[in-house]
Amino acid sequence: MSLQSLDITRRSATTTPPPQQRQQQEVAKLIDVTKCIGCKACQSACQEWNDLREEVGINEGSYQNPHDLTENSWTLMRFAEHEQNGTLEWLIRKDGCMHCADPGCLKACPSPGAIIQYSNGIVDFQEEHCIGCGYCVAGCPFDVPRISKKDSKAYKCTLCSDRVSVGLEPACIKACPTQALVFGSKEDMIDHANDRIADLKERGFDQAGLYDPAGVGGTHVMYVLHHADQPQLYNDLPKEPTISPTVGLWKGVLKPLATAAMLFTALAGFFHYVTIGPNDAEDNEEDHPA
Amino acid sequence: MKTETHSRLIRRYTPPERANHWLTAITFILLAFSGLALFHPSMFWFTQFFGGPVWTRILHPYIGVVMFLSFAGLALKFWHHNLISRNDVEWLKRISDVIRNREDRLPEVDRYNAGQKLLFWTMIATIPTLLITGIIIWRPWFAGYFPIDLIRIAVLLHAVCAFVMISGIIVHIYAAIWIRGTVGAMVRGTVSRAWASKHHPGWYKRILQDGDKS
Repeated sequence: MSLQSLDITRRSATTTPPPQQRQQQEVAKLIDVTKCIGCKACQSACQEWNDLREEVGINEGSYQNPHDLTENSWTLMRFAEHEQNGTLEWLIRKDGCMHCADPGCLKACPSPGAIIQYSNGIVDFQEEHCIGCGYCVAGCPFDVPRISKKDSKAYKCTLCSDRVSVGLEPACIKACPTQALVFGSKEDMIDHANDRIADLKERGFDQAGLYDPAGVGGTHVMYVLHHADQPQLYNDLPKEPTISPTVGLWKGVLKPLATAAMLFTALAGFFHYVTIGPNDAEDNEEDHPA
Repeated sequence: MKTETHSRLIRRYTPPERANHWLTAITFILLAFSGLALFHPSMFWFTQFFGGPVWTRILHPYIGVVMFLSFAGLALKFWHHNLISRNDVEWLKRISDVIRNREDRLPEVDRYNAGQKLLFWTMIATIPTLLITGIIIWRPWFAGYFPIDLIRIAVLLHAVCAFVMISGIIVHIYAAIWIRGTVGAMVRGTVSRAWASKHHPGWYKRILQDGDKS
């Protein structure tokens, strides 16, 4: 993106503050799975706006198509059939980037500026800075980034950062015919979700709730779930997602400490040389001529 | 080699051994710089030595395979000189004398001292681990075949082993500068008699007895 942003909260592999003079309101996409009819209009709108096309695939016995997120399909309707107490529930979840407040992809990325987080909460990949290492894949708790087979760059949902920056809603929101998808300030979306949850509880969904996982600092894509106590029913939506502890050790502990330790080792050598000094066998020979 | 027995210099490494060492050393330097570039942003500029950040990512694993093969040659050639002896334990206990150049207080060192042996075994542990974890995280060729939990462990282990290895090699390089006359062993293949009798008296005695067979 060549347009300059002054509202960058975090920038990958960068140790000084990015341009952040401008503060924007936090936004969120709310996905109410209880209202979703699985029409995939959001999937089509995403490809249309972003001008990408998925390859024609094959049917594997489910409406889910393609079978997984890809570098061309940044959002995907996932269909799960769940049987409980003799009834069948068709649980449909729109999958894609969750735009975490504490993004694991950004934490893992080694390339300065390849991943940025705007003050409105959107986490965006800047593919021209992407080096194709795949560390973002290891960092993501939701298995979202996909490395393109064409150019070895990582791709994922942008939350239509280009549309949002000019006051439009994301393309998927615009296409949704049932208002299962809504978009606005994060605060408003939480209020809206709470109204929906109260309504669902009245109608017998005791465990209805909001999915805004605290383990990643909250997300800027949230779900209203009828079974908020069992998010894994919805095609393995993680119950308590966090950045993996191995990624935390790698980037949080080892990265600064090991860098300091290697520098210290080299300095220790230098100071050994200028204090104790070299060990010269030829001096010895002069002391005790053979 | 009768002539060398009487000369001031003793041969310590053959030309193939030296070539093998320097191939390993050159690939190590390339790997350390390209790897560190992607480890901490303060060193990201090292990517410029490799034709940019994408080339750094592409080249690093191929160089890694070359280093592994090259090191395997060194390991096969030198492992039997690196078996730990009782003297080595004693040597390590007197590490403060080692650091202060007080060799007269140390037990007799043979071809390699305990520090050199420890470095050897550190490389034996880290280099194969770096190869295996490196293959697991190698994109675009292999990473796609491994589960994400394994990739996360591999990426951490790769960084830990690289850190241990780089720290070890910094000590290795410094030791070669610190102990005067050592660099010649790997560059020209020879060391002086004074060097041998001071730093590797056990080895020197065997040379005097057996001729130039090390």
